Amino acid sequence: MAKRTVLDILVKNHAGVMAHITGLFSRRAFNVEAILCLPVADGATSRIWLLVNEDGRLEQMMRQMRKLQDVYEVAACSEYTSVFSDLTSVMNTEMETVE
Amino acid sequence: MQKMTGAECTVRLLERQGITTIAGIPGGTNLPLYDALSRSETITHILARHEQGAGFIAQGMARTTGKPAVCLATSGPGATNLVTAIADAKLDSVPLVCITGQVPTPLIGTDAFQEVDTYGMSIPITKHNFLVRSAQDLLTVIPEAFRIAMSCRPGPVLVDIPRDVQVEEIAVDAFPLPASADAPPVVAQSDIEKAAQMINSASRPVLWVGGGVVAAQADALCKEMAETASMPVTMTLMGLSVIPRDHELNIGMLGMHAERYTNMAMEGCDLIVAAGVRFDDRATGKVNEFCPNAKVIHIDIDHCELDKLRSASLGILGDIKDVFSKLLPKIDSKPRKEWNEYLGALKAAFPQHAPMESGFESPQKFIRLVGEIADDSAIVTTDVGKHQMWTAQSYPFTGGRQWLTSGGLGTMGFGLPVAIGAALAAPDKKVLCFSGDGSLLMNIQELATAVEHNVNITVILFNNQCLGLVHQQQELFFEGNIFSCEYPVALDYVTILRGFGWHVCDLAEDCSEEIVRQALATEGPCLIHMPVSRDEKVLPMVPPGAANRVMIGGDSNG
Ligand SMILES: Cc1ncc(C[n+]2csc(CCOP(=O)(O)OP(=O)(O)O)c2C)c(N)n1
Repeated sequence: MAKRTVLDILVKNHAGVMAHITGLFSRRAFNVEAILCLPVADGATSRIWLLVNEDGRLEQMMRQMRKLQDVYEVAACSEYTSVFSDLTSVMNTEMETVE
Repeated sequence: MQKMTGAECTVRLLERQGITTIAGIPGGTNLPLYDALSRSETITHILARHEQGAGFIAQGMARTTGKPAVCLATSGPGATNLVTAIADAKLDSVPLVCITGQVPTPLIGTDAFQEVDTYGMSIPITKHNFLVRSAQDLLTVIPEAFRIAMSCRPGPVLVDIPRDVQVEEIAVDAFPLPASADAPPVVAQSDIEKAAQMINSASRPVLWVGGGVVAAQADALCKEMAETASMPVTMTLMGLSVIPRDHELNIGMLGMHAERYTNMAMEGCDLIVAAGVRFDDRATGKVNEFCPNAKVIHIDIDHCELDKLRSASLGILGDIKDVFSKLLPKIDSKPRKEWNEYLGALKAAFPQHAPMESGFESPQKFIRLVGEIADDSAIVTTDVGKHQMWTAQSYPFTGGRQWLTSGGLGTMGFGLPVAIGAALAAPDKKVLCFSGDGSLLMNIQELATAVEHNVNITVILFNNQCLGLVHQQQELFFEGNIFSCEYPVALDYVTILRGFGWHVCDLAEDCSEEIVRQALATEGPCLIHMPVSRDEKVLPMVPPGAANRVMIGGDSNG
């Protein structure tokens, strides 16, 4: 499996911000393996974690991300990948169908 | 405290920002804005005939002044029609504020009449975008839109305003201050020292300038820098007006349609000082074979450009004017005789393909003729195709914001509306638009807008009854399999333009310098119609995807 890392992104919490960020990936046909997003502090900001493959294009994409008006901070942190592994068992259960 | 609607508030904010001209087209969801606009005493509205025309008219104003310009469209088809002009502004870093009407907030997401997701659609083609949720928000969103459009690397910003927000009444205590641009990043002194040392110790340096230099208004400094260091200057398509055409250090545009000696000079250099350029493939050819032995100092205001396609020996983040003014005093005055003599010899061995004389025998000679007759202050726009490259190769540029062409997106239909915008922004200047028959047809409806405002533009139409550049590529790279690029029916442009109320000068009938002089002296919109053979090519040429040293043509002065 390709080596993975997590992009840790602090953003303004509003309806369009996810589309701005994921657009940077979709236009390059660059897959995002997993996404976590939670509001932080008073809810005016959110923190997004994107699990992605290590790739030579990441540096350029982080610079592009910093240029987005709604993005306050971006960092890459490979230690966070384990958080996603821990979630695997939760996500691997059957989906509940609501009748 | 004043009571007003969201629409009135928007118009006031635009007035306070110093906007005096807006191009657009009304429709259901922006009618409250138009109603408020009708009462503005300082803003003139230019009714375009297609929203793409409105977007490009705004671009013409912005490219001419360097300041953000505004266009206005309705929701749905109005917004989709704007898309091309916005994408064009994004790729060429042109400051625009595009305002669109949107269906009322409660109807968003219901596939209401004339609803498209303008916000979602504009994400990849804008620098930033807003969907306004309340009239109160306009007080922050409008100034923010201008600040973002003009700060650092300029670009288009879209503001989508639902109809109910436009009619909502609010009480305004005080208007925010008009927006101004953010301060550019501060250049590290150590970078300046290092750059100076690299330039001073280089024996074969080249200064490579692009649109960023025009945006930073650093052309005079560039010239001084080049002269001090006896450093030849090459330009991208976007930077052509930075150095006068006949300056002795000007070695011409590089890349796909460069003179042969220009690309060869690049092969020989040991240092590239790249300022406000983005290493576009049309300029570098196959990028990993672009001057592999040269060191690169890359100066740009956008961090994303540094190391994007070629890692620089030294990347300098900053405003080019600021960087050059700090760098210039540290540059040694040197003749660099050997290097300049070598370039002189290259030029003698591979003479310039573009003609040195003006005349009527070829489009390029004719472009030179027009440039010689026209005032030095004339603004030049083009469409996209062979005529664009001929103009790039032959027009006698003299400097500044004189050259408006669609560099990044290469949009046919750009020339006419941009010329209208330029003429509106600089009413004391003559605007020339070099176009092809394919391109002119793409925004031909704006001929009516030009007549309505009696703008001082001259369209020089090179009529080859085909999509010329496509024709050339099929001939050269598809074994002459000419397909779907010829127009079998000849249109009568002379009658068509007269029908729109334009003055017309038809060189098919009669051609002499005197006639051209008269046409250029005509006040108001005027067409010069010039029939051109389909076989006139743009040469030399680097085949797409090849390295710049692989050139077709240009080995003789043909
Ligand atoms: C909107 C748009 N569609 C298609 C193209 C592809 N294209 C590039 S040049 C060209 C032909 C241009 O023809 P014309 O305007 O007559 O100029 P000429 O090359 O004949 O001088 C075409 C179709 C383009 N650049 N823009």
